[in-house]
Amino acid sequence: MSSETEIDTSRRSALKCLAFGGAGTLFMLSGGVLAPLDLAMAASKRTASAMSGIPLFLQISDTHIGFNKEANPDVAGTLKQTIDLINAMPVKPALAIHTGDITHLSKPQEFDAAAQLMSGLNIGELHTVPGEHDVTDGIGTEYFSRFGKASANKGYYSFDHSGVHFVALVNVMNFKPNGLGGFGDAQLGWLEQDLKGRSSSTPIVVFAHMPMWTIYEPWGWGTGDADQATSYLKRFGSVTVLNGHIHQIVQKVEGNITFHTARSTAYPQPTAGVGPGPGPLKVASDQLPKMLGITSVKVLAHPLSASLTDTTLG
Amino acid sequence: MFMKTSGRNLIGALAAAMLFAAAPISGIGIAGASEANTVVMKNFDFSPMSLTVKAGTSVTWQNMDGEPHTVTSVDGLFRSGALDQNDKYTFKFAKPGTYKYLCSIHPRMMAAIIVK
Repeated sequence: MSSETEIDTSRRSALKCLAFGGAGTLFMLSGGVLAPLDLAMAASKRTASAMSGIPLFLQISDTHIGFNKEANPDVAGTLKQTIDLINAMPVKPALAIHTGDITHLSKPQEFDAAAQLMSGLNIGELHTVPGEHDVTDGIGTEYFSRFGKASANKGYYSFDHSGVHFVALVNVMNFKPNGLGGFGDAQLGWLEQDLKGRSSSTPIVVFAHMPMWTIYEPWGWGTGDADQATSYLKRFGSVTVLNGHIHQIVQKVEGNITFHTARSTAYPQPTAGVGPGPGPLKVASDQLPKMLGITSVKVLAHPLSASLTDTTLG
Repeated sequence: MFMKTSGRNLIGALAAAMLFAAAPISGIGIAGASEANTVVMKNFDFSPMSLTVKAGTSVTWQNMDGEPHTVTSVDGLFRSGALDQNDKYTFKFAKPGTYKYLCSIHPRMMAAIIVK
């Protein structure tokens, strides 16, 4: 299957990315080919100003506040480090998105601690979607009482910023029989209506917790009805799909759609199929900061493109 | 191996359990020991994947994994919320029936309680 080849290609990119270690990697999308650049070079002010545009938004994912096992006994500390890293950016993006698993066990005190930490972020707007760890208590409870206003408690919503149309989707509450995530018909119907009538030249950013393409079915790393969603997105000139859930970077480009998963700020997970299941991966403590981080995204209108930058804590 | 949780095997297990329960043998199908009413979550599996109990029995689940799991019934009858390592959850099954459930964090983990 060609998609497998593409996934393999993206894995190679992710490996290259890890190989750059603490410096991180900037992925520039040029002519459909992903070219990793050394982030240390890109981060210097001269190079940064030479590249047009400033990051529009950044993505935080899988903070898992409440986790306390050996893979990272201090997830609050690593989130704090992440926030310090963002606050030290010379040019800060206008928005932040959190792609879910804000908490580990959906407990009120975990949401409170996460809110307390995230309030230290010097960015005006924070938009969220739930991960499956945030909604173990069901529909209409802790997550929705805190973040449900944007969506009338549905969890999915859209908004516009700087000419970019953002779509927040929920794929952790309608599981498919094979264990993949799902949107469900009501949400897909809403998405079709939400996109209908928008110009194909509008840059689109979609974010949801679970990957919107099948990375590894035996661990449920995919969304069963994602094809329906991507069929509505295909006609747009620039679509960026951002997910979390797997605590590592995997990327794929299909036509005008770039799919990308972010690192966690809490702990890494094994690569697909290694070990009994997708649980926390214990690594040497000096390696951990290199496996945690965030993604920042620039969207350029002319020529229409998006570029993603992954930055690690260490 | 992880493939143990595939739906086909689960259906097989359920079918086997139903055949077994339907067989005209008394005194074997329902064990009386308390651990027989316990299901553990270990290595991303429910064990046993199919448990048969009498109506009125309380079933207790315990998570042995470092990763949290949930006990979430497919039809919404019961929901444990997140169970961290060693946490337990108990639900009393009043009426006969087949109650399918899954872990809402790892939904490939599927199992059933059969109440006679």
